[in-house]
Amino acid sequence: MSRTEEARRLAEAVPDPEIPVLTAGDLGLVRMVEEDGGRLVVRLTPTYSGCPASEAIRRDVEAALASGGFADAVVETSLAPAWTTDWMSEAGKTKLAAYGIAPPVRGPVSCPHCGGAAVEELSRFGSTPCKALWRCLGCREPFERFKCL
Amino acid sequence: MADALTAAYALRLGDDALILSHRLSEWVGHGPELEEDIALANTALDLLGQARLLLACAGEREGRGRDEDALAYGRDVLDFSNLLLVEQPNGDFAQTMMRQFLFDAYAVALWPRLSASRDEVLAGIAGKAAKEAAYHVEQSAAWVVRMGDGTEESHDRAQAGLDLLWPYAGEIFEADEVEAALAEKGIAVAPSALREHWQARVGPVLEEAGLAPPEGAGVRTGGRQGRHSEHLGHLLAEFQFMQRAYPGARW
Repeated sequence: MSRTEEARRLAEAVPDPEIPVLTAGDLGLVRMVEEDGGRLVVRLTPTYSGCPASEAIRRDVEAALASGGFADAVVETSLAPAWTTDWMSEAGKTKLAAYGIAPPVRGPVSCPHCGGAAVEELSRFGSTPCKALWRCLGCREPFERFKCL
Repeated sequence: MADALTAAYALRLGDDALILSHRLSEWVGHGPELEEDIALANTALDLLGQARLLLACAGEREGRGRDEDALAYGRDVLDFSNLLLVEQPNGDFAQTMMRQFLFDAYAVALWPRLSASRDEVLAGIAGKAAKEAAYHVEQSAAWVVRMGDGTEESHDRAQAGLDLLWPYAGEIFEADEVEAALAEKGIAVAPSALREHWQARVGPVLEEAGLAPPEGAGVRTGGRQGRHSEHLGHLLAEFQFMQRAYPGARW
């Protein structure tokens, strides 16, 4: 494995502090890993511009790289192109649903608990900027949905 | 490289987001219901994120070593360049949502256009903000309709909010030499170019809500040049207290 591949593996394995079943890799946050004149540069993209998790993930990526032998790695932030939930991996979407959060799939929403299609939105905002509050009319359970962005 | 014009422009947009974010954060724990409390906090958080990016950009372009915190906590009222609209008090929930709607309608007109800016940093920030603003305006427009077309009391409160805030909306489209020079270079969006898009968003929502802008209302301006209403000083007194009392404090 090359140095950049190894660094990417380390960065992508960092979990999201708010939704720990997802990794930075699942979320599609690691936009670029390259060597720039012997210096390793990892470029991350934030999800929402005010999401407090973005800073935590950045620090965790720096720590993961340092402990993996990349003490000189530089972690940069890139805003463009803007992050979209379309970059979330299929594995990430499956893990989210198993965790009880409806994944950001464009089209009809289904209940992550019972799979029912009779669901309704309670609020367009939830416990984090990336989620909305929903409930299932079948099993009567409330659930969160990761918004499509 | 120092670029005073772009610094001033980024600061204006950043101050809008920062001050409105603080106003919305004043609702935390006081929202009319839990879901709205959370919605207001989420919107405040998005705006704070936008403000941080814009103030950081302004500080870099200014080239005087001021970072986002120095600009947020270390300036006095006269140095803030936000629109007068965003510093107006929360009032009741109807007034807050009306202020939010009038601002969001501006934001969804501005950000997609600014995302084509020749300034890559501003374009990147705008591209992110555009997605967030699209979400915010759906929420605030829905509340304006719900209250305007609701009970007699909710209608009257929404109309009172509109009467109070409408004169401040005109400032959105005012430009001075900062916007004019940067729009010429393809860096800024000329505020006058946004009026048509703003009206196309605001008009149908107010109509559906059964609300009408006050007739013969003037336009209040001055925020961009640092001439603020009495409210901003009180806001900053709370917002900046900790850094004023204990400069450089961290936790």
